[in-house]
Amino acid sequence: MGRSVKKRSVSRREVVLRRLESLGRRFCEQIEKGVFPWIEMKSRSTDNIFYSPELRQYVLGDRVVRRSSRIVRHLRPFTQMVWTAYFVKELIRQRKTSTLRDVYYSAQAYDIFFKDQVESDNIITDLETVTGFPREDLNVFPEERSAVFGDLTIEYTVPGYEGRRLNLTSHPDGLMIGPALTNSRLIRTGADKVIVIEKGAMFTRFIEERVYEKFNAILIYTAGQAPRSTRYFIRRLNQEVGLPVYIFTDADPWGMHIAMVIISGSANAAHLRDLTTPDAKWAGVWASDINSYKLPSEGLSDIDIKRLHELSRDPRYKGELWQREIKTFMKIKKKCELEAFSRYGLTHIVDKYLPERLKELET
Amino acid sequence: MKGGEEWQGDKVVAQTFQEISPADFFYRNREIVGFTNPTRAIFSAIRELVENSLDAAEAIQVPPDIYIRLSQDEESKSSRTYTLRVEDNGSGIPPQQVPLSFGQFLVSSKYKLKQARGTFGLGGTMAILYGQITTNKPVCITSSTGGSRIFKYVLMIDIEKNRPVILDRKVLRNRWKWHGTIVEFHLEGDYSKAMPRILDYLKLTAIVNPYADITFVDPKGRLYRFERKSEEVPPPPVETLPHPHGVDVETLQRIIRSTGCNNMLSFMKEHFHRVGEQTARQFLKSAGIDERMNPKSLRPDEIVDLVRAMKNFKDFLPPDASCLSPIGEELMRTGILKELEPRFTAVSQRKPSAYSGHPFIVEVAIAYGGKVPSRNDITLYRFANKIPLMYDESGDVSWKILRSINWRRYGVSPGMPVAVLVHICSTKIPYKTVGKEIIADIPEISREILNGIREVARRLRRYLTRRKHVEQQRRRLSIFSRYLPKIADFSARLGGLEEMPDINRLYKRQVIFRDYKTGNSYVEGETFNAEGYKTILVIAKNKHESNSVNLRVLGLTGSRWRVLIPEVTLEAGAEFYEMLTKRARLLKVQVKSAVRNKPGTVNVFIDGLSE
Repeated sequence: MGRSVKKRSVSRREVVLRRLESLGRRFCEQIEKGVFPWIEMKSRSTDNIFYSPELRQYVLGDRVVRRSSRIVRHLRPFTQMVWTAYFVKELIRQRKTSTLRDVYYSAQAYDIFFKDQVESDNIITDLETVTGFPREDLNVFPEERSAVFGDLTIEYTVPGYEGRRLNLTSHPDGLMIGPALTNSRLIRTGADKVIVIEKGAMFTRFIEERVYEKFNAILIYTAGQAPRSTRYFIRRLNQEVGLPVYIFTDADPWGMHIAMVIISGSANAAHLRDLTTPDAKWAGVWASDINSYKLPSEGLSDIDIKRLHELSRDPRYKGELWQREIKTFMKIKKKCELEAFSRYGLTHIVDKYLPERLKELET
Repeated sequence: MKGGEEWQGDKVVAQTFQEISPADFFYRNREIVGFTNPTRAIFSAIRELVENSLDAAEAIQVPPDIYIRLSQDEESKSSRTYTLRVEDNGSGIPPQQVPLSFGQFLVSSKYKLKQARGTFGLGGTMAILYGQITTNKPVCITSSTGGSRIFKYVLMIDIEKNRPVILDRKVLRNRWKWHGTIVEFHLEGDYSKAMPRILDYLKLTAIVNPYADITFVDPKGRLYRFERKSEEVPPPPVETLPHPHGVDVETLQRIIRSTGCNNMLSFMKEHFHRVGEQTARQFLKSAGIDERMNPKSLRPDEIVDLVRAMKNFKDFLPPDASCLSPIGEELMRTGILKELEPRFTAVSQRKPSAYSGHPFIVEVAIAYGGKVPSRNDITLYRFANKIPLMYDESGDVSWKILRSINWRRYGVSPGMPVAVLVHICSTKIPYKTVGKEIIADIPEISREILNGIREVARRLRRYLTRRKHVEQQRRRLSIFSRYLPKIADFSARLGGLEEMPDINRLYKRQVIFRDYKTGNSYVEGETFNAEGYKTILVIAKNKHESNSVNLRVLGLTGSRWRVLIPEVTLEAGAEFYEMLTKRARLLKVQVKSAVRNKPGTVNVFIDGLSE
């Protein structure tokens, strides 16, 4: 049983390395010509971020900014960017990875100073914009918290583990989604869907209740807003393996948005592609579920309502389901958490709610 | 009884109107000439004698050498008495005039219309009188006009009779043709309180008299030297006739009494400033006075009418300022540089002007940085006829004007070390009070002061703007110097290249001197090739702890080396940076010790940026 997954066709690693090196050579040539090194990149300012209905995600417009070392104000960030490019090139070359925090500290060894991590994170975003590769391709990862569990066999590509295979049911706590997993080859799976869960308690419950068997699903825990590597991994499961994706979050504007970022991406990542899963579905908990399932609820706060108003104007929320649920939230002025199902017993959500909702969405 | 009362009354009246001698008058009213209290008295005594000395030296066009010594007499319980000795190398006083000029009031060589520091010979005598009434000791005056003899007088003043009393008189041989005057007398005072004012006064005097050499030894034995920085003594003021606009009834009566003219036409021509035949005719016609009338036949009421007519007649030529002796822009700058050592100074001499028939010239200067104090307000130094005005600043016209100006417009903000100097010279300074410390607000004068201050303030603004620009460029270059090498380094490593690209075409820092010990004549360091650089900054530092160095920058344009940055002096520890505004192909920096055989230690860099 199970299906094989096609191999990733291109070695991104080589492409990324070549792109970075050409950047360095470009600067050297500029200097030799007596030109202050400069680079152009798409502007990430809010007025240059547009929603693309075709791509179903935010994209950057045509406006371009020029970073030039002849401008005093640009000198420091420019130097920081060149160093960061050099640093990640070395990471990739030596097949090592680093975290955002680690980059911030590593800089000091090279006499490059970042005021704080915000500054170094920004420079990495610059480099993402310049190269067009997400930082994960540059071997820089945020601190990871999210996890995966289910019948999926992967093959590691990281040094020391090359060729080793692992089935993701092998650890009852689930496996952390880190760089090694994100970049592994997907070999075989017996699952026919992916269930993404916002809350850790529910993820554990689903494993304990053998949801992965009962519903033939790969379970993914996002720990709140899904990290980029997790979003990238979800996309691969959807695009490479062809599995439909269902997302369960709290029934409030913030939970709704966690699902939306997995589906359509964030404005912050408008300069990147391949992080979205446009076909993924928000499966609940919906506002309308609060009444139909008689879930214990709290009232919406002022901030919640303000957020709902923002979302209602957001182009990503144009869809019928989204608009309907936003209106319902506004009407009932209630919210509830995933855990609210526990009121009817620990297995209620798995026995009653989940099958009904999946059936509803599958048809 | 009634009659008796009246008689009593008469007696009172008679006593009240009893004539007092001028000496007695000043004795009773000494506060009006600056001898209010022991602190002020000691300051005023020094000031009066120093000013007499300066006048005496200028009168014979000799750069003044003034030596002042104040020493404490043995301390008594109730009060402190000092001996004040002031020596000068001035004209000296003819022997027969010595007792009168120092022992009698209102005797002076200055009763003519002429710009002078003092006017009535009052101050010096007042100082001596003050000494006499506080210590009851005589004054000793030694003087010679440079002839074969020196006269030495010991005298006191008979206050009631306003007459000198000679106690002793000696004649000495003048072997070295010495000329000058030495005054030594005792007075009561409070030096510790007066000290700051005295030192300020001497410093300011040195600013406006840079050709004077002033030495002061104070009671603690401390020596203060204000060295001469110029040998050039400005020409002495010349005497002039009164201008018709400035004449009052009393003056006119005196002139009439002494005139030899027997008709009004020649009277006007002879006795008044800038009145010629034609002007005199026009005036007399408009005043309705017969040209042939004898001036001595004018009745008192006609004299009053004549004064009024003279004041109202608009066609007199303005008074000529040639009788004035301003300090001059050059000397004023020398004095300011010498005493304040500012980083910037601008001096402006206004065109001569006149008020009520009195010619005047306003000179204004501004100084920034160096020893100029940083205060919340701008420091104001006031001068009138080359004497510093030290008291009651806030009542002065210059103070008022200074505060009416919006200094932000000139880039000056509170706390900046800025000083404004205002000098007014005139045949008659319009003092508000007899104390001669405050100048009145005369529209003609305040206009000149305001315009003068504005002019120098504009120049200060230009300087500050430029300094700001240079400062910005320096910061800019230092940022380039920090980051460009790193960009080149990491770009090469990123591109996997063996060699770093050469950033010298973008930015170059060349060391011209490193820890270089200067010699007595100019030595130049490595030549800097300036081609291709748009911004060029010369940065130098003198690391020596006490010796100064001189530095200049030369540039090759065409086939000639020209001085691009003229000689600047770097004090010990001083830093210097300047942008080059003129283009040159090659640059050279030259350095030498500012003082012979006192080498400084310099570091010099040239930074070039192609943007």
